[in-house]
Amino acid sequence: MASQSLNINNKTYTLNLNEDTSLLWVLREHLGLTGTKYGCGIALCGSCTIHIDDKPVRACSLRLSGLNKDQKITTIEGLSENGDHPVQEAWVEAQAPQCGYCQSGQIMQAVALLAENPNPTREEIKAYMNGNLCRCGTYLRIVKAIEIAAEKTSVKT
Amino acid sequence: MNKAVSRREFLKTSGGVALFIGISGLLPQMISCKNNKEVEKILKKHQLTAWVKLAEDGQITIYNPAAEMGQGSMTSLPVIFAEEMDADWSMISVEFSPQESQIYGSDKWSPNNKVMLTAGSMITYGYYSIMRQAGAQARYILMHSAAEHWKVPMEELSTSNGEVINRRDNKRIGYGNLIPFLNMPDKLPEFSESEFKDPKNYRFIGLDRPRVDIPEKVMGTTQFAIDIQLPEMLYGVLERGNLHGARPTLNNESEILALKGVLKLVPFDYAIGIIAETLEQALAAKELLNISWSESPASGFNSQECYKKYEKIASEKSAGKVITNEGDINRAIKSATKTFSVDFKNDYVCHAQMEPLNAVVQVGTDGNSAEVWVGSQQGFDSKLGVPKYLGIPAENVKINLQYLGGGFGRRSMTDFVLEGTGLAREVAPRPVKLIWTREDDVRYGAYRPLTLQRLHASTDANGKITGFSHCVVGDGGNLVASGIRIDYYDIPNKFAEWREVSEGIRLKHWRSVGHGPNKFAIECMIDEIATYFKKDPAEFRRVLLRNSPRGLATLEKAMAMSDWYSSIADNHAKGISFLERSGTLSTGVCEISVDRKTGKINVHRFWSASDAGIAIQPDNVKAQMEGGILMGISSVLKEQLTVVNGQVQQSNFNDYEILRMSDIPDSVETAIIESREPPRGVGESGTPLVACAIANAFLRLTGKHLRHLPFTPERVLKALNT
Repeated sequence: MASQSLNINNKTYTLNLNEDTSLLWVLREHLGLTGTKYGCGIALCGSCTIHIDDKPVRACSLRLSGLNKDQKITTIEGLSENGDHPVQEAWVEAQAPQCGYCQSGQIMQAVALLAENPNPTREEIKAYMNGNLCRCGTYLRIVKAIEIAAEKTSVKT
Repeated sequence: MNKAVSRREFLKTSGGVALFIGISGLLPQMISCKNNKEVEKILKKHQLTAWVKLAEDGQITIYNPAAEMGQGSMTSLPVIFAEEMDADWSMISVEFSPQESQIYGSDKWSPNNKVMLTAGSMITYGYYSIMRQAGAQARYILMHSAAEHWKVPMEELSTSNGEVINRRDNKRIGYGNLIPFLNMPDKLPEFSESEFKDPKNYRFIGLDRPRVDIPEKVMGTTQFAIDIQLPEMLYGVLERGNLHGARPTLNNESEILALKGVLKLVPFDYAIGIIAETLEQALAAKELLNISWSESPASGFNSQECYKKYEKIASEKSAGKVITNEGDINRAIKSATKTFSVDFKNDYVCHAQMEPLNAVVQVGTDGNSAEVWVGSQQGFDSKLGVPKYLGIPAENVKINLQYLGGGFGRRSMTDFVLEGTGLAREVAPRPVKLIWTREDDVRYGAYRPLTLQRLHASTDANGKITGFSHCVVGDGGNLVASGIRIDYYDIPNKFAEWREVSEGIRLKHWRSVGHGPNKFAIECMIDEIATYFKKDPAEFRRVLLRNSPRGLATLEKAMAMSDWYSSIADNHAKGISFLERSGTLSTGVCEISVDRKTGKINVHRFWSASDAGIAIQPDNVKAQMEGGILMGISSVLKEQLTVVNGQVQQSNFNDYEILRMSDIPDSVETAIIESREPPRGVGESGTPLVACAIANAFLRLTGKHLRHLPFTPERVLKALNT
């Protein structure tokens, strides 16, 4: 156990935890950033999707030992101050969530998709989002929300 | 409220009042809303119900008595209330009501017994009249208060969007501004149907308010029970194994207790519990447990080999528990021109709700009180069994209902709540967060039962069905029997029965319960008969539904939406299904294709038309149908939970796969038939439409039968090669 610093949502956190601790438990149970969800623990459901240097990763599959303070970690809490990120707004417009548990991960994955590919085809959306499970069956509205967000952001740029 | 306390004094101390709306004949009360315990006590004493808080600034807080697991109750019930209260929606916020069933329960579950239970797609139906009545009574109190304040007859007043209006001089006063003048009428009227708002003046019902829970859900700030953090909180996990009901013997207790952070080992009949300072310590200790498991009632059971036994049971002469017996089925079959006999099967499926089960529980130092934070579908005991478990009075237990990360029936059990309580009792007064891992959730789940269904039908020479007999063999009573009735079909002789087996596997309601397997069997049988007589399956149902105009309307709508008769791509076909679930009538149509090399079925489009009575929130009704249909596709094409020698074989999403985005249809279109009937359930109406619609499309496409759920590629290939 050694002191370690992480940059999460542009804030520096200093931790004294076992280096084997998964980033998911660090975020949720030690730092109270509970928007990132536990769903499977084996990187198969996407509920814990966050960004490291703007790339989507599964927090459950990362250990503290593999992280350093120069990496920029972004969670759903760091996406926007008031839920006004264009992807979040599109999610509301599509009335996408049902239970909502998987939606933080879905949104983080979708934000990364649109950063890489601002106008994805439906097939590209499905392929990119395939690792994010939703048990309520909101997939069609998630696709719609991503299409709305893509349209809005492309109008802006 | 103590009558000696003047209203002014009361307002000064409370800063807001609660309007308590009484049941007919009982006086309403105004009491401080600061002290919940006091409120609950007073309300109980007077047998009143309490639904709304009003603040001076006009903010209105409406209580939702139901769990919110994505089905939209957090919005749809307040919409009904606000409509009759004639409130300004922009001033409304919604909170979960206290879990006090005498105040917030509905008697639609069982007469004269108020229950808070979010299951069976019953919530909108169960609370429709309660919310209308309570909303209208809240409005009445406000109008009465304004009449007294202005010294005018109440008949001269009306309301509009959160204001009372004097029609004579057009003077207006906002609901919040009425607080200093609130004046309780001696008697609160019980409104009748004709006194409620004319539907043509509806501003909320049927007009889609955005769901109140969605903004927080896209920000990640919605609080699920798993997100609760309390000072001094500890973490708990249990190892339950994968043989349901087996008893554990721990072989390395001292080794586990020596691990860093581990505070306590707590034995349960069927599990070993660990309490540790951190979650990662608890989970690490769980990995190291060395447990010997006893045999259990499930020992020796093999889920894929039991069907032979079930076939024998179905062949036995004596009937099981008879559910339907209309006309004379034996005579119908004996005198038939043509008879059909077909077996259908379905394997176990698991809920796999995205939020694994969990609960946070704190037991008082003296063990005489408890507080619970939990995502629960509640139950016949709104204290979720905690008082009995701890042997303490119900009023000493407070349940703080949280948002549910999916329910689907699994959260109507209390096993996880009592486990959390059992752990918390050991370390009182420190709170414990119990978390099930996904592996725990799958292995020690409570599944939709496996069944075998034997159907017989008789027809005359023209293909008119004269008799229909349905025998379901399986474990779990209504879990396997629900949906076996076909009252809507014009068939003179009907018989349905359940034959019991017991395998020692934990079972529970799973979205649409027995309707999934039963409607699969029934609707496939209908198509098998139609196909034999070379009749169009939709036209065939049109005849069967001749006495059900509401059912017929959904059939015709779905046929029109799907352009039933249009020609489609060569390798595609459409299939149809009709059913009733939770009082809602629905027709589904799907369009599929089959990869004949791999055996993979692709669902391209799905249409549904439902008569669910009044649609309070039409877009939410559609969302429920879409979600139900997608969960149906998931269960029909992907999900299979198997048991070998009593041991559950799956443990996570690697071996219990659910639908991913790559396999969704191009579209799911839902129509709602216009209705003035009370609202019925939609959360479970989509799911059971799927299996039969897919199998019926497969039959039309290939001439082959799919009679065993799920339709895995291996089973599809096998069917294609017969």
